[in-house]
Amino acid sequence: MARFEVIAPVAERWDRLPRAVRAVALLALLVLLVILPHLKIPVLNTPDSDFATVLFYPVGIYVLVALGLNVVVGEAGLLDLGYVAFFAVGGYSMGLLGNRVHWPFFLILPVGIALSMLAGVILGGPTLRLRGDYLAIVTLGFGEIVHLVARNTDSIGGPRGVSPIPHPPNFNLFGYHVRFGILDPKPYYYLLLAMIVLTIVVVSNLKRSRVGRAWTAIREDEDAAELMGVPTFRFKLWAFAIGAGIGGAAGVMYTSKVISISPDNFIFQLSILFLAAVVLGGSGNIPGVILGAAVVAYLPERFRSFAQYRIMVFGAALVVMMIFRPQGLLPSRRRAKELLEPEPGGGMGTLGGETGVEMAPRPEAESAP
Amino acid sequence: MPPSPGPRLLELRAVTMQFGGVTALGEVDLHVDQGEIAGLIGPNGAGKTTVFNVVTGVFHPTAGEIEFDGKSIVGKKRYQVTQAGVARTFQNIRLFPDMTALENVMVGADAHHGTSVPGAMLRLPRHRSEERHGRARAAELLELMGIPHRAEETARNLPYGDQRRVEIARALATDPKLLLLDEPAAGFNPREKRSLSDLIRKVRDSGYTILLIEHDMGLVMNICDRISVLDFGRKIAEGVPAEIQADERVINAYLGVVADA
Amino acid sequence: MPDGAQPGQSGASPLLELDNVQVHYGKVEALKGISFNVNEGEIVTLIGANGAGKTTTLKTISGVRPLTRGHIRFQGQDIGAVPPHRRVEMGISQAPEGRGIFPGMTVRENLDMGAYARRGKARAGLAEELAAVYVLFPRLQERASQMAGTLSGGEQQMLAIGRALMSKPKVLLLDEPSMGLAPKLVAQIFSIITEINKQGTTVLLVEQNAAQALQRASRAYVLEVGKVVMAGPAADLLDNQAVRAAYLGGDIAGDDGNGATSGHSGSGGSGGSGGS
Ligand SMILES: Nc1ncnc2c1ncn2[C@@H]1O[C@H](COP(=O)(O)OP(=O)(O)OP(=O)(O)O)[C@@H](O)[C@H]1O
Ligand SMILES: Nc1ncnc2c1ncn2[C@@H]1O[C@H](COP(=O)(O)OP(=O)(O)OP(=O)(O)O)[C@@H](O)[C@H]1O
Ligand SMILES: [Mg+2]
Ligand SMILES: [Mg+2]
Repeated sequence: MARFEVIAPVAERWDRLPRAVRAVALLALLVLLVILPHLKIPVLNTPDSDFATVLFYPVGIYVLVALGLNVVVGEAGLLDLGYVAFFAVGGYSMGLLGNRVHWPFFLILPVGIALSMLAGVILGGPTLRLRGDYLAIVTLGFGEIVHLVARNTDSIGGPRGVSPIPHPPNFNLFGYHVRFGILDPKPYYYLLLAMIVLTIVVVSNLKRSRVGRAWTAIREDEDAAELMGVPTFRFKLWAFAIGAGIGGAAGVMYTSKVISISPDNFIFQLSILFLAAVVLGGSGNIPGVILGAAVVAYLPERFRSFAQYRIMVFGAALVVMMIFRPQGLLPSRRRAKELLEPEPGGGMGTLGGETGVEMAPRPEAESAP
Repeated sequence: MPPSPGPRLLELRAVTMQFGGVTALGEVDLHVDQGEIAGLIGPNGAGKTTVFNVVTGVFHPTAGEIEFDGKSIVGKKRYQVTQAGVARTFQNIRLFPDMTALENVMVGADAHHGTSVPGAMLRLPRHRSEERHGRARAAELLELMGIPHRAEETARNLPYGDQRRVEIARALATDPKLLLLDEPAAGFNPREKRSLSDLIRKVRDSGYTILLIEHDMGLVMNICDRISVLDFGRKIAEGVPAEIQADERVINAYLGVVADA
Repeated sequence: MPDGAQPGQSGASPLLELDNVQVHYGKVEALKGISFNVNEGEIVTLIGANGAGKTTTLKTISGVRPLTRGHIRFQGQDIGAVPPHRRVEMGISQAPEGRGIFPGMTVRENLDMGAYARRGKARAGLAEELAAVYVLFPRLQERASQMAGTLSGGEQQMLAIGRALMSKPKVLLLDEPSMGLAPKLVAQIFSIITEINKQGTTVLLVEQNAAQALQRASRAYVLEVGKVVMAGPAADLLDNQAVRAAYLGGDIAGDDGNGATSGHSGSGGSGGSGGS
């Protein structure tokens, strides 16, 4: 209420701006992002690593991953605790197809995305009929399974992982020679930036379509959605697949730069950090999620000394956030309301006499005389 | 309004629905003809809402046959029943609370839209035209319900009565052949009930068929062409309003004192 | 005939008193400074159209909705800052509109939740209360071990009322108790309300069935878009032309040629076949 009114005017004012003004503002932002790795801003600088490198990983990668996870968690309302699995599928696609079959990066990227989506469908198919807590536990298990399989399958490198992994090929763009090497992180950054922009366009298009409406409807009242003609299972599966595909894309890009990967690059803790990014930033709101991911990824690099404690610090930060701003830094207006007004206006919410889960009455225990 | 029986639209034959030891419906026969306003009444817990639930696929009947528009719909998925042309409202309002009134109705309109996920990603022409159609249709229906000014309001902020109106609009947006209304007048005052009766008639006259559950006898007797009465899961009477009002069993089981009817 | 024709200024301070209460939903001002009081032993009814603020008023009294300005006094004490559960312990109990039962608990467990605030000595009469609720609603006894979420709408309504009674409140807030009940039960529910009132419970009643409510109540307040626009003995309001036109819709026997709703004379005229 009061807490969320602070942010609502900002979003509303943005909506009210003329189209042209918004376009110019977005363009300016994009230009800023393009020159960002060239800037040396003292307050922003990261002490132990090159700023441009940090912009690619962890910041950029986290942003892309969070955008994907947001489709699952923020849009469709499905809690996924094993999202790192899709990041891993993308990573291993890049690693194995690059190292063993020597496919070029620009072929592996779509293949990696497709394989991740397939993994999403394989996980979602049997589990998306579960709801809430059950789904969370199953996804958590899936994340662990993928990690363990990678660790214990010698044919894909076992605990040592895969190396070396080729870089994307160099090419000429408008006369510039683009070189993907270890020395210069900028080309990777630009590639990632392009991917992020594309993802934002695709996801926001979905949001403003019958698909996005279906996701919101499912999140808010799955039974009613189904009864209004929404094939809920199909749309949940799509959310899973799209989220997985984006996570997989992030995995491919990350791996294309790092030369070697091992199962320990894809641990459970990452799932939690990704989720923290989404929730912290504002589940369901694209700018919020981006901000959340950037914060979660950047702060430990900026304050290297606390990197060791970062999980603890995030834990504490999350607790503080949930107390003072449960809807996230830049919340979606809708999600903010769902959180802050748990009690609906006119008696919505109870199962009612209509769609109650089939429950047989227990035999009368205490038969009152 | 004299009933002019059209072809059979919905037919339940010997439908039984059991929950553990509770028989919510026991071999119920029921039908609705095209173009009529059929009423379904009975005491609390008689099985009225359960009829809606077995028709819309929320529950699969323990036994019996349900035909809609000449085809069996037993075992169909809920969204398939909706797409086949049955829409409903809920006794305990079930709007999407944080979508606007307009968006709620657009979800209904989407039932017959076919834009694929890739189509929506890329904003292909089909997406654009369907989106335009859905928005226009939703606005039109809110207008029909008399609440165009509520379009941009969040559903949960609407007063109870307007929430019910949005529910009816959302159901109509799925373009149903049969509209199931579960106590649409609950929470309305007598004056609002009258405008609701007018509205239901108007909806019927614009080509829909309606099956109505309602406890307000003034409203039921006034607008229904034909009424069926359930008690403890069994059909105890069926007929035109005048017959039902005079029926001994209905008075005993449901209406209570005659003067109160 | 209505039992409480007493005017309501029975010397002592009122049991419940609202003083210039304002309530906001975000920027929307739902209650624009309303004042009224309920004396011990009375049935007071609030009537008004959809969106007038009746539910909001009850929620503010029970404490689930915070007030922006004004005072709520219960037995002379300002309870504006008292949390809802404490208010239940003090003796304010609400049967919410839309029922708000616990769907995953059995009927019996729901009823027990109603008595949650009763501790120590107050638990003494519990068995009797439960028995009394079962007498009022035999269906609840039959279904004591059924999940409340699977009850029919009307059965849930019975449960919501029964649960509120289990707390044995000093003042009972009822939000449209007749909603969703079959005609036979509607008549019954109003006699039940009169009955509990006779046994010493003060009742604040919100009803769309204004005719019935006004016949049962001693006093009434009319709300319009967040303001009290009329107040007085229920019997007087029942006779008031404006009230009848706006809220009774000619639903009560007698001449209703005043055209409460425009453009529909058909059903209005045939009052004999329809209402009351
Ligand atoms: N899942 C279930 N398990 C056990 N009993 C159930 C279940 N679902 C419904 N019932 C029971 O079946 C009966 C019929 O319920 P239904 O909701 O159809 O009643 P109704 O006629 O709509 O009543 P109302 O007018 O009160 O809404 C009720 O007694 C209800 O308690
Ligand atoms: N959660 C909410 N957020 C915003 N506005 C709300 C909310 N709940 C109610 N309102 C607004 O407050 C006003 C009063 O609503 P309230 O529910 O108290 O009315 P009511 O008199 O009980 O109506 P009804 O007869 O329909 O139940 C309405 O204009 C409504 O739109
Ligand atoms: Mg029902
Ligand atoms: Mg209300």
